[in-house]
Amino acid sequence: MTGHRAVLLIGSLLAGTCVGAPALAAETEISGSVEFEFRGFFETPSDAQQPETNLSVAFQTTLEISSADRRQNFVVTPYYRWDQHDPNRSHIDLREARYFGAFDGLNLRVGVDKVFWGVTEAVHLVDIINQTDLVENIDGEEKLGQPMVSLGLPTDVGTFEIFWLPYFRERTFEDFEGRPRFNWPVDPDQAFYEDPDKERHQDIAVRWSHYIGEFDIGLAHFEGTGREPLLIPGLDAKARPVLIPFYVQISQTSIDLQATFGSWLYKFEGLSREEYGQSYVQATGGIEYSFYGLFGTAQDLGIVAEYVWDERDELAPTPYNNDGFLGLRWALNDEQSTSVLAGVLADFNTDAWLLRVEAERRLGEMASISLEAQFSGNVPPEDILYSFEDDDFIQLRLTRYY
Amino acid sequence: MRSGVVICGLAAKFALSSVVMANDWPEDPAEKGAAIAQATKNMDLGFQDSQATMHMVLTNARGDESTRELRMMTLERRGEDEGNWSLIVFDHPRDIEGTALLTHARILEADDQWMYLPKLGRVKRISSANKAGPFMGSEFAFEDFTAQEPGKFAHTWLRDEPCPAPLETVTCHVTERRPLYERSGYTRQVVWSDAVDLQPRQIDYYDRKDALLKTLSLTAYTQYLDQYWRAKDLFMVNHVTGKKTRLAWEDYTFQTGLGEKDFDKSSLEHAR
Repeated sequence: MTGHRAVLLIGSLLAGTCVGAPALAAETEISGSVEFEFRGFFETPSDAQQPETNLSVAFQTTLEISSADRRQNFVVTPYYRWDQHDPNRSHIDLREARYFGAFDGLNLRVGVDKVFWGVTEAVHLVDIINQTDLVENIDGEEKLGQPMVSLGLPTDVGTFEIFWLPYFRERTFEDFEGRPRFNWPVDPDQAFYEDPDKERHQDIAVRWSHYIGEFDIGLAHFEGTGREPLLIPGLDAKARPVLIPFYVQISQTSIDLQATFGSWLYKFEGLSREEYGQSYVQATGGIEYSFYGLFGTAQDLGIVAEYVWDERDELAPTPYNNDGFLGLRWALNDEQSTSVLAGVLADFNTDAWLLRVEAERRLGEMASISLEAQFSGNVPPEDILYSFEDDDFIQLRLTRYY
Repeated sequence: MRSGVVICGLAAKFALSSVVMANDWPEDPAEKGAAIAQATKNMDLGFQDSQATMHMVLTNARGDESTRELRMMTLERRGEDEGNWSLIVFDHPRDIEGTALLTHARILEADDQWMYLPKLGRVKRISSANKAGPFMGSEFAFEDFTAQEPGKFAHTWLRDEPCPAPLETVTCHVTERRPLYERSGYTRQVVWSDAVDLQPRQIDYYDRKDALLKTLSLTAYTQYLDQYWRAKDLFMVNHVTGKKTRLAWEDYTFQTGLGEKDFDKSSLEHAR
């Protein structure tokens, strides 16, 4: 018990506050998972260094210490992935290492943590606090832990939050042996910054979020290093052509909105960003509708239709400038929580398309299995997605929890 | 401390008055049904908040079992159009550990519901239209879980008769209730409630075609703070599929000092 108290006290000291009388009796819990991954590719790679099949294993452990009233906790989640071929994908990360305390009308968070903003499903525009851990999954849903100090103030007129982000984390990219990857690999060793403070630039974000009846709204502003690098063609140490990440300072104001009416969800995200002498607007939005109790069974079918737009259009360094997304989510609602997700993203400028299918199911009480596949077609060479044209793949993941 | 005693005293009077009322129900079956439901509800007034853990065992027709574990916090709400607020945090199975569900219940309108997905660190406002859907793959529907507010139903007292086995020596009020809220999976429910403590002992659920679908047996009642009854064992049998779900509630605590801020959308992120 004394050990737990010690950690809690350290947490409080970290937080720079004093914990008063509240019950210090703590609860400790350790959990984690081991995940085995197999990837198989359907086509010959564009670069002979890239594999036809790949194995990978990921380990994650979470240590959690909570005060008896659960208003304070300390969580550490180290993460490690080993990859058969790609040295960049073999990586270590602290997904979380943070103290959280809910005091009278004030929430305090200190350490490395994950924060998600936004409402849409296909592309997350507004979400900016955490860097994308792209080697994990090219869908961009996996994030690196972000060092932060944040204060949250929940009030009757919404929650106000301020984030101080003292250290920037660079995006991860596949190496030469990685697959799928850009045709020209990204060389993170040569990454450079607009600001002389580089990754030590102090970033600040503020957010207000609220809900009124059927409406959920969030307004946010971010000042600091953009999470999405510009990719500049260059040469690596061995004079091979590579893309070099360039991180610029951005100033971004965003809004996210959701209206929830019965089985209908209406979603919108928009932002205005200033970076490197230009300013532009990005927006995405759409609908989600669910059929519950399909054909008299317990199954549900959800449909998501979204549109993504970028003011820079063809000049946008993202694949999403005038794109539509159509997705289906089928949940069997059985004991094993079986579900299937399928989504197709189509570029209205180039007619390129990208199809992703994900199916998952629990195995017994302590394991789960997931099957993922990605196919693309019709991609012209000028589209960013062209790199993935010959990287259609199927991925099987087996996860064992402990 | 003293005010706590006073509140307890008042609450006890409430409980007594509802028992006294038992001899004094209205004549009209609809009024009587509503009065019984309201008396049951009144016995719960003043519980303020509660916390408990739940262990769920799902059994399919072949006899295979799977388990779920969760923690539930409840905040009493007294507003005219609102039901109690609840926060459920899942502990088991491990693939959904840390997932949390926050519900601000309403009486006739759709509930406000948010889900926290720990893998993404994402709080998502979700549709609460799925009232008839299964809760965690169990035989309990979401609507069987959400607050059983009297205002959600049109009640009709049917008869008084011996309670279902093994309580045949006790008299039960048998009341029919028809959901007034939208998207219910039921045409009606028939509730057997103990004529003395007014707690439900059995509920029969009739599907949209008015066929008997499920039966819920509520046993192992325990009284907390000398007033608030909670069934610790809830056993649901689906007569159509042969599947069963047993819920075992443990570690109930009341008046633990939870407030609105513990049931705020922003509190979901650290519920764990």
